[in-house]
Amino acid sequence: MTRAAGPDIERLRADFPGLERQIYGKPLVYLDNAATAQKPRVVIDAVRRYYEEDCSNVHRGVHVLSQRATERYEASRAAARRLINAAHNEEIVFVRGVTEAVNLVAQTYGRTQLGDGDEVLITAMEHHSNIVPWQILCEQTGAMLRVVPIDDSGEMIFSEFERLLGSRTRFVSIAHASNALGTVNPIDRVVSVAHAQGVPVFVDGAQGAPHRPVDVQALDCDFYAFSGHKLYGPTGVGVLYGKLGLLEAMPPYQSGGEMIESVSFGKTTYARPPHKFEAGTPNIAGVIGLGAAIDYVTTIGLESVVLHERDLLDYGTRALRQIDAVRLIGTARDKTGILSFAIDGVHPHDAGTILDREGIAVRTGHHCAQPVMDRFGVPATTRASFGIYTTREEIDALAAGIRKVIEVFARHG
Amino acid sequence: MDDVQELYQEMIIDHSRSPRNSREIPDAGRSAEGYNPLCGDRVRVFVEMDGDIVRDIAFQGSGCAISTASASLMTEAVKGMDTTAASELIGRFHDLVTGESRGGGGDIGKLRVFGGVRNFPARVKCAVLAWHALRRALAGDVGTVSTE
Repeated sequence: MTRAAGPDIERLRADFPGLERQIYGKPLVYLDNAATAQKPRVVIDAVRRYYEEDCSNVHRGVHVLSQRATERYEASRAAARRLINAAHNEEIVFVRGVTEAVNLVAQTYGRTQLGDGDEVLITAMEHHSNIVPWQILCEQTGAMLRVVPIDDSGEMIFSEFERLLGSRTRFVSIAHASNALGTVNPIDRVVSVAHAQGVPVFVDGAQGAPHRPVDVQALDCDFYAFSGHKLYGPTGVGVLYGKLGLLEAMPPYQSGGEMIESVSFGKTTYARPPHKFEAGTPNIAGVIGLGAAIDYVTTIGLESVVLHERDLLDYGTRALRQIDAVRLIGTARDKTGILSFAIDGVHPHDAGTILDREGIAVRTGHHCAQPVMDRFGVPATTRASFGIYTTREEIDALAAGIRKVIEVFARHG
Repeated sequence: MDDVQELYQEMIIDHSRSPRNSREIPDAGRSAEGYNPLCGDRVRVFVEMDGDIVRDIAFQGSGCAISTASASLMTEAVKGMDTTAASELIGRFHDLVTGESRGGGGDIGKLRVFGGVRNFPARVKCAVLAWHALRRALAGDVGTVSTE
Protein backbone atom coordinates (compact mmCIF):
# COMPACT_ATOMS: atom_id res chain seq x y z
CA MET A 1 0.00 0.00 0.00
CA THR A 2 1.65 3.18 -1.16
CA ARG A 3 -0.95 5.71 -0.34
CA ALA A 4 1.07 7.83 2.06
CA ALA A 5 1.21 10.75 -0.37
CA GLY A 6 -2.51 10.65 -1.15
CA PRO A 7 -5.24 12.53 0.68
CA ASP A 8 -6.83 11.26 3.90
CA ILE A 9 -9.80 9.57 2.23
CA GLU A 10 -11.85 8.79 5.29
CA ARG A 11 -11.81 12.40 6.44
CA LEU A 12 -12.41 13.64 2.93
CA ARG A 13 -15.42 11.38 2.36
CA ALA A 14 -17.11 12.98 5.35
CA ASP A 15 -17.10 16.25 3.38
CA PHE A 16 -19.54 14.75 0.84
CA PRO A 17 -23.08 14.34 2.14
CA GLY A 18 -24.11 12.56 -1.06
CA LEU A 19 -21.80 9.62 -0.34
CA GLU A 20 -23.50 8.66 2.91
CA ARG A 21 -26.37 6.76 1.41
CA GLN A 22 -27.87 3.37 1.14
CA ILE A 23 -29.07 2.17 -2.24
CA TYR A 24 -31.38 -0.87 -2.12
CA GLY A 25 -30.13 -1.34 1.42
CA LYS A 26 -26.49 -1.37 0.43
CA PRO A 27 -23.90 1.36 0.87
CA LEU A 28 -23.62 3.53 -2.22
CA VAL A 29 -20.52 2.83 -4.30
CA TYR A 30 -20.40 5.86 -6.54
CA LEU A 31 -18.24 5.10 -9.58
CA ASP A 32 -19.78 7.49 -12.08
CA ASN A 33 -17.53 10.47 -11.47
CA ALA A 34 -16.75 10.98 -15.15
CA ALA A 35 -20.45 11.77 -15.62
CA THR A 36 -20.68 14.03 -12.61
CA ALA A 37 -18.98 14.21 -9.24
CA GLN A 38 -20.59 14.41 -5.82
CA LYS A 39 -20.45 17.82 -4.15
CA PRO A 40 -18.65 18.67 -0.92
CA ARG A 41 -20.62 20.51 1.72
CA VAL A 42 -18.58 23.69 1.16
CA VAL A 43 -19.97 23.89 -2.37
CA ILE A 44 -23.56 23.27 -1.29
CA ASP A 45 -23.12 25.85 1.48
CA ALA A 46 -21.65 28.44 -0.88
CA VAL A 47 -24.64 28.11 -3.21
CA ARG A 48 -27.09 28.28 -0.32
CA ARG A 49 -25.30 31.26 1.25
CA TYR A 50 -25.56 33.18 -1.99
CA TYR A 51 -29.30 32.59 -2.19
CA GLU A 52 -29.88 33.22 1.51
CA GLU A 53 -27.51 36.09 2.20
CA ASP A 54 -26.23 37.74 -0.97
CA CYS A 55 -28.97 37.18 -3.51
CA SER A 56 -28.82 39.94 -6.11
CA ASN A 57 -27.60 40.46 -9.63
CA VAL A 58 -23.96 41.02 -10.51
CA HIS A 59 -22.24 44.00 -12.15
CA ARG A 60 -25.39 46.07 -11.84
CA GLY A 61 -26.34 47.65 -8.59
CA VAL A 62 -24.67 50.08 -6.27
CA HIS A 63 -26.31 48.38 -3.33
CA VAL A 64 -24.32 46.27 -0.95
CA LEU A 65 -25.85 42.92 -1.92
CA SER A 66 -25.00 43.42 -5.56
CA GLN A 67 -21.49 44.42 -4.63
CA ARG A 68 -21.07 41.32 -2.48
CA ALA A 69 -22.47 39.04 -5.16
CA THR A 70 -20.20 40.65 -7.73
CA GLU A 71 -17.18 40.23 -5.48
CA ARG A 72 -17.90 36.54 -4.94
CA TYR A 73 -18.60 36.02 -8.63
CA GLU A 74 -15.35 37.66 -9.66
CA ALA A 75 -13.46 35.84 -6.89
CA SER A 76 -14.49 32.60 -8.62
CA ARG A 77 -13.02 33.92 -11.84
CA ALA A 78 -9.72 34.53 -10.06
CA ALA A 79 -9.90 31.03 -8.53
CA ALA A 80 -10.45 29.53 -11.99
CA ARG A 81 -7.53 31.55 -13.34
CA ARG A 82 -5.26 30.23 -10.59
CA LEU A 83 -6.48 26.64 -11.10
CA ILE A 84 -5.30 26.54 -14.70
CA ASN A 85 -2.63 29.24 -14.30
CA ALA A 86 -4.04 31.61 -16.90
CA ALA A 87 -2.20 34.93 -17.18
CA HIS A 88 -5.27 37.18 -16.81
CA ASN A 89 -8.70 37.03 -15.18
CA GLU A 90 -10.07 38.42 -18.46
CA GLU A 91 -9.17 35.13 -20.12
CA ILE A 92 -11.70 33.24 -17.98
CA VAL A 93 -15.19 33.15 -19.52
CA PHE A 94 -17.99 31.52 -17.55
CA VAL A 95 -20.13 29.22 -19.66
CA ARG A 96 -22.61 26.42 -18.96
CA GLY A 97 -19.99 23.76 -19.45
CA VAL A 98 -17.60 22.38 -22.03
CA THR A 99 -20.40 21.81 -24.52
CA GLU A 100 -21.19 25.50 -24.58
CA ALA A 101 -17.49 26.35 -24.70
CA VAL A 102 -16.96 24.27 -27.85
CA ASN A 103 -20.05 25.77 -29.47
CA LEU A 104 -18.91 29.26 -28.52
CA VAL A 105 -15.48 28.85 -30.07
CA ALA A 106 -16.84 27.10 -33.17
CA GLN A 107 -19.44 29.79 -33.77
CA THR A 108 -17.21 32.80 -33.07
CA TYR A 109 -13.62 31.95 -33.88
CA GLY A 110 -14.64 29.21 -36.30
CA ARG A 111 -17.25 31.20 -38.19
CA THR A 112 -14.91 34.10 -38.76
CA GLN A 113 -11.67 32.23 -39.41
CA LEU A 114 -12.63 29.14 -41.38
CA GLY A 115 -13.77 28.91 -44.96
CA ASP A 116 -14.37 26.57 -47.84
CA GLY A 117 -11.79 23.79 -48.01
CA ASP A 118 -10.25 24.56 -44.62
CA GLU A 119 -9.90 21.71 -42.18
CA VAL A 120 -10.66 21.11 -38.51
CA LEU A 121 -8.68 18.30 -36.92
CA ILE A 122 -10.06 16.25 -34.03
CA THR A 123 -9.36 12.72 -32.76
CA ALA A 124 -11.39 9.52 -32.88
CA MET A 125 -11.77 9.54 -29.09
CA GLU A 126 -13.72 12.80 -28.83
CA HIS A 127 -16.98 13.17 -26.95
CA HIS A 128 -19.92 14.06 -29.19
CA SER A 129 -19.70 17.59 -27.80
CA ASN A 130 -16.30 17.95 -29.45
CA ILE A 131 -17.52 16.48 -32.74
CA VAL A 132 -20.98 17.83 -33.53
CA PRO A 133 -20.24 21.58 -33.13
CA TRP A 134 -17.41 21.18 -35.65
CA GLN A 135 -19.65 19.23 -38.03
CA ILE A 136 -22.15 22.08 -37.89
CA LEU A 137 -19.36 24.61 -38.44
CA CYS A 138 -18.20 22.59 -41.45
CA GLU A 139 -21.70 22.62 -42.92
CA GLN A 140 -21.85 26.36 -42.43
CA THR A 141 -18.44 27.20 -43.85
CA GLY A 142 -17.59 24.41 -46.29
CA ALA A 143 -14.70 23.34 -44.07
CA MET A 144 -13.86 19.65 -43.63
CA LEU A 145 -13.56 17.59 -40.48
CA ARG A 146 -10.49 15.38 -40.24
CA VAL A 147 -10.12 12.68 -37.60
CA VAL A 148 -6.90 11.35 -36.09
CA PRO A 149 -7.29 7.58 -35.54
CA ILE A 150 -6.57 5.80 -32.28
CA ASP A 151 -4.76 2.51 -31.75
CA ASP A 152 -5.91 -0.65 -29.96
CA SER A 153 -4.89 0.69 -26.57
CA GLY A 154 -6.96 3.82 -27.13
CA GLU A 155 -4.07 6.21 -27.72
CA MET A 156 -4.14 8.68 -30.58
CA ILE A 157 -1.68 7.72 -33.29
CA PHE A 158 0.64 10.68 -33.13
CA SER A 159 2.27 10.10 -36.51
CA GLU A 160 -1.23 10.23 -38.03
CA PHE A 161 -1.85 13.49 -36.24
CA GLU A 162 1.33 14.92 -37.76
CA ARG A 163 0.35 13.59 -41.18
CA LEU A 164 -3.19 14.97 -41.05
CA LEU A 165 -2.04 18.35 -39.82
CA GLY A 166 -1.78 19.79 -43.29
CA SER A 167 -1.60 23.09 -45.07
CA ARG A 168 -5.41 23.41 -44.93
CA THR A 169 -5.68 22.70 -41.21
CA ARG A 170 -6.99 25.80 -39.48
CA PHE A 171 -7.96 24.41 -36.10
CA VAL A 172 -7.23 21.49 -33.78
CA SER A 173 -9.71 20.45 -31.10
CA ILE A 174 -8.78 17.62 -28.77
CA ALA A 175 -9.74 16.08 -25.47
CA HIS A 176 -7.27 16.43 -22.63
CA ALA A 177 -8.52 13.02 -21.55
CA SER A 178 -11.08 10.66 -23.08
CA ASN A 179 -14.32 10.20 -21.17
CA ALA A 180 -14.90 6.75 -22.61
CA LEU A 181 -11.35 5.35 -22.37
CA GLY A 182 -9.49 7.46 -19.84
CA THR A 183 -6.66 8.08 -22.29
CA VAL A 184 -4.70 11.23 -21.49
CA ASN A 185 -3.51 12.94 -24.65
CA PRO A 186 -0.04 14.47 -24.98
CA ILE A 187 -1.40 18.00 -25.13
CA ASP A 188 2.01 19.68 -24.90
CA ARG A 189 3.24 17.82 -27.99
CA VAL A 190 -0.03 18.39 -29.84
CA VAL A 191 0.19 22.12 -29.19
CA SER A 192 3.82 22.42 -30.15
CA VAL A 193 3.35 20.52 -33.43
CA ALA A 194 0.18 22.47 -34.29
CA HIS A 195 1.75 25.81 -33.41
CA ALA A 196 4.73 25.01 -35.62
CA GLN A 197 2.19 25.25 -38.45
CA GLY A 198 0.42 28.25 -36.96
CA VAL A 199 -2.69 26.25 -36.05
CA PRO A 200 -4.52 27.09 -32.80
CA VAL A 201 -5.58 24.34 -30.38
CA PHE A 202 -8.72 23.95 -28.28
CA VAL A 203 -8.43 21.52 -25.37
CA ASP A 204 -11.59 19.86 -24.02
CA GLY A 205 -10.62 19.56 -20.39
CA ALA A 206 -13.87 18.08 -19.08
CA GLN A 207 -12.00 14.93 -18.05
CA GLY A 208 -8.67 16.70 -17.57
CA ALA A 209 -9.03 19.56 -15.13
CA PRO A 210 -10.66 17.47 -12.36
CA HIS A 211 -7.84 14.93 -12.44
CA ARG A 212 -4.61 16.65 -13.48
CA PRO A 213 -2.87 19.92 -12.67
CA VAL A 214 -3.36 22.20 -15.68
CA ASP A 215 -1.08 25.05 -16.65
CA VAL A 216 -2.42 26.69 -19.78
CA GLN A 217 0.63 28.92 -20.08
CA ALA A 218 3.02 25.98 -19.97
CA LEU A 219 0.83 24.01 -22.38
CA ASP A 220 0.49 27.14 -24.52
CA CYS A 221 -2.91 25.93 -25.73
CA ASP A 222 -5.12 28.63 -27.22
CA PHE A 223 -8.35 27.51 -25.56
CA TYR A 224 -9.05 25.22 -22.62
CA ALA A 225 -12.49 24.40 -21.24
CA PHE A 226 -13.77 22.49 -18.24
CA SER A 227 -17.12 21.83 -16.59
CA GLY A 228 -17.77 22.69 -12.95
CA HIS A 229 -19.90 19.67 -12.10
CA LYS A 230 -17.16 17.16 -12.85
CA LEU A 231 -14.84 19.18 -10.58
CA TYR A 232 -17.11 18.73 -7.54
CA GLY A 233 -18.93 21.97 -8.35
CA PRO A 234 -22.53 22.72 -9.36
CA THR A 235 -24.09 21.70 -12.65
CA GLY A 236 -24.69 24.27 -15.36
CA VAL A 237 -21.43 26.16 -14.99
CA GLY A 238 -18.03 25.82 -16.58
CA VAL A 239 -15.05 27.76 -17.78
CA LEU A 240 -13.73 28.65 -21.19
CA TYR A 241 -10.16 29.88 -21.13
CA GLY A 242 -8.95 31.68 -24.22
CA LYS A 243 -5.81 33.65 -24.88
CA LEU A 244 -6.70 37.28 -24.46
CA GLY A 245 -5.70 38.31 -27.97
CA LEU A 246 -7.96 35.66 -29.46
CA LEU A 247 -10.89 36.51 -27.22
CA GLU A 248 -10.53 40.19 -28.09
CA ALA A 249 -10.59 39.46 -31.81
CA MET A 250 -13.56 37.08 -31.66
CA PRO A 251 -17.08 38.35 -32.27
CA PRO A 252 -19.66 37.92 -29.48
CA TYR A 253 -21.45 34.60 -29.12
CA GLN A 254 -24.81 35.52 -27.63
CA SER A 255 -25.91 39.12 -27.36
CA GLY A 256 -27.95 41.14 -24.92
CA GLY A 257 -27.24 42.66 -21.54
CA GLU A 258 -23.88 42.54 -19.79
CA MET A 259 -21.91 41.97 -23.01
CA ILE A 260 -22.21 45.53 -24.28
CA GLU A 261 -20.24 48.70 -23.73
CA SER A 262 -22.87 51.05 -25.08
CA VAL A 263 -26.05 50.59 -27.04
CA SER A 264 -27.87 52.94 -29.36
CA PHE A 265 -30.06 52.16 -32.33
CA GLY A 266 -27.33 53.46 -34.56
CA LYS A 267 -24.40 51.56 -33.13
CA THR A 268 -23.63 49.17 -30.32
CA THR A 269 -20.15 48.55 -29.03
CA TYR A 270 -19.27 45.43 -27.12
CA ALA A 271 -17.71 44.97 -23.74
CA ARG A 272 -14.20 43.58 -23.53
CA PRO A 273 -13.58 39.95 -22.65
CA PRO A 274 -14.70 38.15 -20.61
CA HIS A 275 -17.98 40.08 -20.36
CA LYS A 276 -18.34 40.16 -24.13
CA PHE A 277 -19.09 36.43 -23.89
CA GLU A 278 -21.29 36.52 -20.81
CA ALA A 279 -24.53 37.93 -22.15
CA GLY A 280 -27.48 38.03 -19.77
CA THR A 281 -27.61 37.31 -16.07
CA PRO A 282 -25.14 34.49 -15.55
CA ASN A 283 -25.42 31.40 -13.36
CA ILE A 284 -24.30 33.41 -10.33
CA ALA A 285 -24.94 30.72 -7.73
CA GLY A 286 -23.23 28.17 -9.95
CA VAL A 287 -20.17 30.35 -10.47
CA ILE A 288 -19.90 31.02 -6.73
CA GLY A 289 -20.28 27.30 -6.04
CA LEU A 290 -17.62 26.55 -8.62
CA GLY A 291 -15.27 28.92 -6.83
CA ALA A 292 -15.82 26.95 -3.62
CA ALA A 293 -15.21 23.69 -5.49
CA ILE A 294 -11.96 24.98 -6.94
CA ASP A 295 -10.81 26.13 -3.50
CA TYR A 296 -11.70 22.72 -2.11
CA VAL A 297 -9.82 20.77 -4.78
CA THR A 298 -6.88 23.15 -4.60
CA THR A 299 -6.63 22.61 -0.85
CA ILE A 300 -6.43 18.85 -1.38
CA GLY A 301 -3.98 19.49 -4.19
CA LEU A 302 -4.22 18.06 -7.67
CA GLU A 303 -0.81 16.39 -7.34
CA SER A 304 -2.25 14.47 -4.44
CA VAL A 305 -5.37 13.66 -6.50
CA VAL A 306 -3.17 12.29 -9.28
CA LEU A 307 -1.36 9.96 -6.88
CA HIS A 308 -4.59 8.72 -5.35
CA GLU A 309 -6.33 8.12 -8.67
CA ARG A 310 -3.28 6.42 -10.13
CA ASP A 311 -3.23 4.05 -7.18
CA LEU A 312 -6.92 3.30 -7.74
CA LEU A 313 -6.39 2.81 -11.45
CA ASP A 314 -3.55 0.35 -10.91
CA TYR A 315 -5.49 -1.47 -8.22
CA GLY A 316 -8.68 -1.54 -10.30
CA THR A 317 -6.91 -2.61 -13.47
CA ARG A 318 -5.36 -5.55 -11.61
CA ALA A 319 -8.68 -6.46 -10.00
CA LEU A 320 -10.57 -6.49 -13.29
CA ARG A 321 -7.82 -8.35 -15.13
CA GLN A 322 -8.27 -11.18 -12.65
CA ILE A 323 -11.79 -11.74 -13.99
CA ASP A 324 -11.51 -13.84 -17.14
CA ALA A 325 -14.74 -12.67 -18.74
CA VAL A 326 -13.78 -8.98 -18.48
CA ARG A 327 -12.10 -7.17 -21.33
CA LEU A 328 -10.77 -3.69 -20.62
CA ILE A 329 -11.49 -1.13 -23.34
CA GLY A 330 -8.80 1.51 -23.15
CA THR A 331 -5.39 0.52 -21.90
CA ALA A 332 -3.36 3.60 -22.74
CA ARG A 333 -0.10 4.15 -20.88
CA ASP A 334 -1.34 7.43 -19.43
CA LYS A 335 -4.90 7.26 -18.13
CA THR A 336 -7.19 9.03 -15.72
CA GLY A 337 -9.16 6.93 -13.24
CA ILE A 338 -11.50 5.33 -15.78
CA LEU A 339 -12.09 1.62 -16.27
CA SER A 340 -14.22 0.97 -19.32
CA PHE A 341 -14.91 -2.69 -19.96
CA ALA A 342 -16.95 -5.36 -21.66
CA ILE A 343 -18.07 -8.60 -20.03
CA ASP A 344 -18.22 -11.62 -22.36
CA GLY A 345 -21.79 -12.52 -23.22
CA VAL A 346 -23.31 -9.76 -21.11
CA HIS A 347 -24.65 -6.53 -22.52
CA PRO A 348 -23.54 -3.48 -20.50
CA HIS A 349 -27.11 -2.51 -19.66
CA ASP A 350 -27.73 -5.83 -18.03
CA ALA A 351 -24.46 -5.46 -16.14
CA GLY A 352 -25.43 -1.93 -15.09
CA THR A 353 -28.81 -3.06 -13.82
CA ILE A 354 -27.35 -5.83 -11.69
CA LEU A 355 -24.57 -3.59 -10.35
CA ASP A 356 -27.16 -0.94 -9.50
CA ARG A 357 -28.99 -3.44 -7.29
CA GLU A 358 -25.69 -3.92 -5.47
CA GLY A 359 -25.58 -0.18 -4.79
CA ILE A 360 -22.88 0.35 -7.40
CA ALA A 361 -23.38 3.35 -9.71
CA VAL A 362 -21.60 2.98 -13.03
CA ARG A 363 -22.30 4.34 -16.45
CA THR A 364 -23.33 2.00 -19.22
CA GLY A 365 -23.79 2.96 -22.82
CA HIS A 366 -21.80 4.64 -25.54
CA HIS A 367 -20.72 7.52 -23.27
CA CYS A 368 -21.58 10.04 -25.99
CA ALA A 369 -18.61 8.68 -27.89
CA GLN A 370 -20.13 6.39 -30.49
CA PRO A 371 -17.07 6.54 -32.78
CA VAL A 372 -15.01 5.09 -29.91
CA MET A 373 -17.48 2.22 -29.52
CA ASP A 374 -17.30 1.56 -33.28
CA ARG A 375 -13.50 1.57 -33.10
CA PHE A 376 -13.53 -1.18 -30.48
CA GLY A 377 -16.42 -3.08 -32.07
CA VAL A 378 -18.74 -2.86 -29.06
CA PRO A 379 -22.19 -1.26 -28.92
CA ALA A 380 -21.51 0.08 -25.46
CA THR A 381 -19.31 -0.43 -22.43
CA THR A 382 -19.65 -0.40 -18.69
CA ARG A 383 -17.57 2.39 -17.22
CA ALA A 384 -16.36 2.84 -13.66
CA SER A 385 -14.80 6.23 -13.04
CA PHE A 386 -13.05 7.34 -9.90
CA GLY A 387 -12.95 10.54 -7.91
CA ILE A 388 -10.96 11.93 -5.02
CA TYR A 389 -13.10 10.05 -2.50
CA THR A 390 -13.05 6.65 -4.21
CA THR A 391 -11.55 3.84 -2.13
CA ARG A 392 -9.94 0.50 -2.87
CA GLU A 393 -12.80 -1.10 -0.95
CA GLU A 394 -15.22 0.34 -3.49
CA ILE A 395 -13.20 -1.23 -6.29
CA ASP A 396 -13.39 -4.54 -4.41
CA ALA A 397 -17.18 -4.05 -4.34
CA LEU A 398 -17.15 -3.43 -8.10
CA ALA A 399 -15.17 -6.60 -8.74
CA ALA A 400 -17.58 -8.57 -6.54
CA GLY A 401 -20.50 -6.98 -8.39
CA ILE A 402 -19.06 -7.99 -11.75
CA ARG A 403 -18.69 -11.55 -10.47
CA LYS A 404 -22.35 -11.46 -9.47
CA VAL A 405 -23.27 -10.27 -12.99
CA ILE A 406 -21.36 -13.17 -14.49
CA GLU A 407 -23.01 -15.55 -12.04
CA VAL A 408 -26.52 -14.37 -12.97
CA PHE A 409 -25.81 -15.03 -16.61
CA ALA A 410 -23.93 -18.28 -15.99
CA ARG A 411 -26.77 -19.65 -13.86
CA HIS A 412 -28.63 -20.83 -16.90
CA GLY A 413 -25.61 -21.53 -19.05
CA MET B 1 -36.34 -14.88 -5.69
CA ASP B 2 -34.87 -11.38 -5.58
CA ASP B 3 -35.57 -8.66 -8.14
CA VAL B 4 -32.53 -9.48 -10.23
CA GLN B 5 -33.35 -13.16 -10.41
CA GLU B 6 -36.95 -12.38 -11.23
CA LEU B 7 -35.81 -10.11 -14.06
CA TYR B 8 -33.24 -12.46 -15.52
CA GLN B 9 -35.27 -15.64 -15.60
CA GLU B 10 -33.94 -18.69 -17.35
CA MET B 11 -36.15 -18.22 -20.39
CA ILE B 12 -35.01 -14.62 -20.85
CA ILE B 13 -31.36 -15.55 -20.68
CA ASP B 14 -31.94 -18.50 -23.01
CA HIS B 15 -33.69 -16.35 -25.62
CA SER B 16 -31.09 -13.60 -25.32
CA ARG B 17 -28.34 -16.12 -26.00
CA SER B 18 -30.16 -18.04 -28.73
CA PRO B 19 -32.75 -15.70 -30.15
CA ARG B 20 -35.46 -17.35 -32.26
CA ASN B 21 -36.45 -15.93 -35.63
CA SER B 22 -33.38 -13.73 -35.66
CA ARG B 23 -33.02 -13.27 -39.38
CA GLU B 24 -33.98 -11.03 -42.20
CA ILE B 25 -37.09 -11.70 -44.30
CA PRO B 26 -35.83 -10.19 -47.54
CA ASP B 27 -39.19 -9.90 -49.24
CA ALA B 28 -41.21 -9.13 -46.11
CA GLY B 29 -44.14 -6.97 -46.99
CA ARG B 30 -43.64 -4.85 -43.91
CA SER B 31 -40.77 -3.93 -41.65
CA ALA B 32 -40.02 -1.23 -39.11
CA GLU B 33 -37.14 -0.37 -36.87
CA GLY B 34 -37.11 0.43 -33.18
CA TYR B 35 -34.27 2.55 -31.90
CA ASN B 36 -33.36 3.62 -28.40
CA PRO B 37 -30.97 6.54 -28.79
CA LEU B 38 -30.07 6.47 -25.11
CA CYS B 39 -28.40 3.08 -25.32
CA GLY B 40 -28.02 2.58 -29.06
CA ASP B 41 -30.15 -0.58 -29.08
CA ARG B 42 -31.64 -1.15 -32.49
CA VAL B 43 -34.05 -3.79 -33.71
CA ARG B 44 -35.73 -4.23 -37.07
CA VAL B 45 -38.89 -6.33 -37.22
CA PHE B 46 -39.96 -8.01 -40.46
CA VAL B 47 -43.55 -9.08 -40.96
CA GLU B 48 -44.94 -11.12 -43.80
CA MET B 49 -48.72 -11.03 -43.94
CA ASP B 50 -51.12 -13.52 -45.43
CA GLY B 51 -54.28 -11.50 -45.61
CA ASP B 52 -54.83 -10.40 -42.03
CA ILE B 53 -52.64 -13.13 -40.57
CA VAL B 54 -48.98 -12.77 -39.58
CA ARG B 55 -47.60 -15.59 -41.68
CA ASP B 56 -43.97 -15.01 -40.79
CA ILE B 57 -42.17 -12.66 -38.45
CA ALA B 58 -38.49 -12.17 -37.67
CA PHE B 59 -36.15 -9.56 -36.26
CA GLN B 60 -32.61 -8.38 -36.54
CA GLY B 61 -30.70 -6.17 -34.19
CA SER B 62 -28.37 -5.88 -31.30
CA GLY B 63 -29.26 -5.09 -27.77
CA CYS B 64 -29.27 -6.14 -24.16
CA ALA B 65 -30.64 -9.42 -22.86
CA ILE B 66 -34.03 -7.89 -22.14
CA SER B 67 -34.54 -6.34 -25.57
CA THR B 68 -33.21 -9.37 -27.44
CA ALA B 69 -35.25 -11.90 -25.46
CA SER B 70 -38.30 -9.70 -25.78
CA ALA B 71 -37.96 -9.56 -29.56
CA SER B 72 -37.37 -13.29 -29.75
CA LEU B 73 -40.36 -14.27 -27.61
CA MET B 74 -42.48 -11.69 -29.38
CA THR B 75 -41.89 -13.31 -32.75
CA GLU B 76 -42.87 -16.70 -31.34
CA ALA B 77 -46.02 -15.29 -29.77
CA VAL B 78 -47.22 -13.24 -32.71
CA LYS B 79 -46.66 -15.72 -35.52
CA GLY B 80 -50.01 -16.89 -36.83
CA MET B 81 -52.03 -14.16 -35.11
CA ASP B 82 -54.35 -11.81 -36.91
CA THR B 83 -53.67 -8.09 -36.57
CA THR B 84 -56.37 -7.57 -33.97
CA ALA B 85 -54.97 -10.26 -31.70
CA ALA B 86 -51.43 -8.97 -32.24
CA SER B 87 -52.47 -5.42 -31.35
CA GLU B 88 -54.15 -6.65 -28.19
CA LEU B 89 -51.04 -8.58 -27.26
CA ILE B 90 -48.90 -5.47 -27.74
CA GLY B 91 -51.16 -3.68 -25.26
CA ARG B 92 -51.11 -6.52 -22.75
CA PHE B 93 -47.33 -6.79 -22.93
CA HIS B 94 -47.01 -3.07 -22.34
CA ASP B 95 -49.24 -3.35 -19.28
CA LEU B 96 -47.24 -6.27 -17.98
CA VAL B 97 -43.84 -4.56 -18.11
CA THR B 98 -45.03 -1.18 -16.87
CA GLY B 99 -47.21 -2.63 -14.14
CA GLU B 100 -50.15 -0.65 -15.49
CA SER B 101 -53.47 -2.28 -16.02
CA ARG B 102 -55.88 -0.98 -18.57
CA GLY B 103 -58.28 -3.82 -17.92
CA GLY B 104 -57.37 -5.71 -21.05
CA GLY B 105 -56.70 -8.95 -19.22
CA GLY B 106 -56.21 -12.15 -21.14
CA ASP B 107 -53.50 -14.75 -21.02
CA ILE B 108 -50.08 -13.63 -22.08
CA GLY B 109 -48.53 -17.09 -21.97
CA LYS B 110 -44.77 -17.41 -21.87
CA LEU B 111 -44.40 -13.64 -22.00
CA ARG B 112 -45.17 -13.68 -18.27
CA VAL B 113 -41.41 -14.03 -17.71
CA PHE B 114 -41.13 -10.29 -18.41
CA GLY B 115 -43.21 -9.49 -15.32
CA GLY B 116 -40.02 -8.67 -13.41
CA VAL B 117 -39.32 -5.70 -15.67
CA ARG B 118 -41.87 -3.59 -13.79
CA ASN B 119 -39.43 -3.38 -10.87
CA PHE B 120 -36.83 -1.83 -13.17
CA PRO B 121 -38.36 1.31 -14.70
CA ALA B 122 -35.11 2.09 -16.52
CA ARG B 123 -35.44 -1.17 -18.44
CA VAL B 124 -39.03 -0.86 -19.66
CA LYS B 125 -37.78 0.73 -22.87
CA CYS B 126 -35.58 -2.27 -23.53
CA ALA B 127 -38.53 -4.63 -23.14
CA VAL B 128 -40.87 -2.69 -25.42
CA LEU B 129 -38.40 -1.76 -28.17
CA ALA B 130 -39.28 -4.61 -30.54
CA TRP B 131 -42.98 -4.23 -29.75
CA HIS B 132 -42.90 -0.58 -30.81
CA ALA B 133 -41.39 -1.68 -34.09
CA LEU B 134 -44.00 -4.41 -34.47
CA ARG B 135 -46.82 -1.94 -33.99
CA ARG B 136 -45.33 0.26 -36.68
CA ALA B 137 -44.80 -2.65 -39.03
CA LEU B 138 -48.38 -3.86 -38.60
CA ALA B 139 -49.63 -0.35 -39.26
CA GLY B 140 -47.65 -0.32 -42.44
CA ASP B 141 -45.45 2.58 -41.32
CA VAL B 142 -41.93 2.72 -42.58
CA GLY B 143 -38.79 4.10 -41.03
CA THR B 144 -37.53 4.14 -37.49
CA VAL B 145 -39.53 4.52 -34.33
CA SER B 146 -37.59 6.00 -31.47
CA THR B 147 -38.24 5.30 -27.82
CA GLU B 148 -37.44 8.93 -27.00
